Amino acid sequence: MLKVNGKDRMFTAGITVMDLLREMEYPAERVAVERNGDIVPKRCFSEVCLVDGDTIEVVSFVGGG
Amino acid sequence: MLTFEEIEAALIQRHTEEIQKKLKTAKVAVAGLGGLGSNVAFALARIGAGHLHLIDFDRVDITNLNRQQYFIRHIGLFKTEALKQELEEINPYLDIRTDCVKVTPENLTELFQEEDIVCEAFDEPEAKAMLVNGILEHFPDKFLVAASGMAGYGGSNAIHTRKITEHFYLCGDETAESAPGNGLMAPRVALCAAHEANLITELIIGGKE
Repeated sequence: MLKVNGKDRMFTAGITVMDLLREMEYPAERVAVERNGDIVPKRCFSEVCLVDGDTIEVVSFVGGG
Repeated sequence: MLTFEEIEAALIQRHTEEIQKKLKTAKVAVAGLGGLGSNVAFALARIGAGHLHLIDFDRVDITNLNRQQYFIRHIGLFKTEALKQELEEINPYLDIRTDCVKVTPENLTELFQEEDIVCEAFDEPEAKAMLVNGILEHFPDKFLVAASGMAGYGGSNAIHTRKITEHFYLCGDETAESAPGNGLMAPRVALCAAHEANLITELIIGGKE
């Protein structure tokens, strides 16, 4: 089980941050992802595998300023 | 022309000496000088935040006047230059640094060396994400105040400030994207900018670690 944005979420063992973003339909170019309180650099989205108990925060940006 | 002492005394009269001392030594970078950034910079300049670093690559355009702190006379000027001029009319003794550049992953570490607090005030979602990712990765000890979701009108109370981590905060309603029929307008953008500026003030004065 993961905790994503404060909610429990089932996941398939071995998926990457990028896989999770795709599943949840987040555009990777518009988000910042924190895993257990640390930023996951964008270049590592496809490399970092999630493990049971991870707390993930996906901060997603919309246009306007 | 007012003297430094006159302006200092007026600020102390309003804020107290203890608070003004903190504001005077504050170093804040404002990235993006549109509806968010120009309003944030105005607020911080008015309370005498001492060191402001204004960053934008764009020029003032007629379509900016519906929400950004510029006047007709500024159209065509770089926003960095126009805004610096305006802030100096509020307080000519502030230390204002400008960089008329587009922030990129390559120049980001150089640009944001000096400041303790970074205000994300871009328009494009990709640019917002790029800056936030870069600051969180390279400067995890700086305070980062970002914004997302402030298009349209009404729904004042949907605009909020959310603490994501100890050093990272997000202001806005997090959903209202700028789009045809739901444009950016002065009142709501200013609300979001005020959230950013008010939090930055709190971070400066509270000295939150």
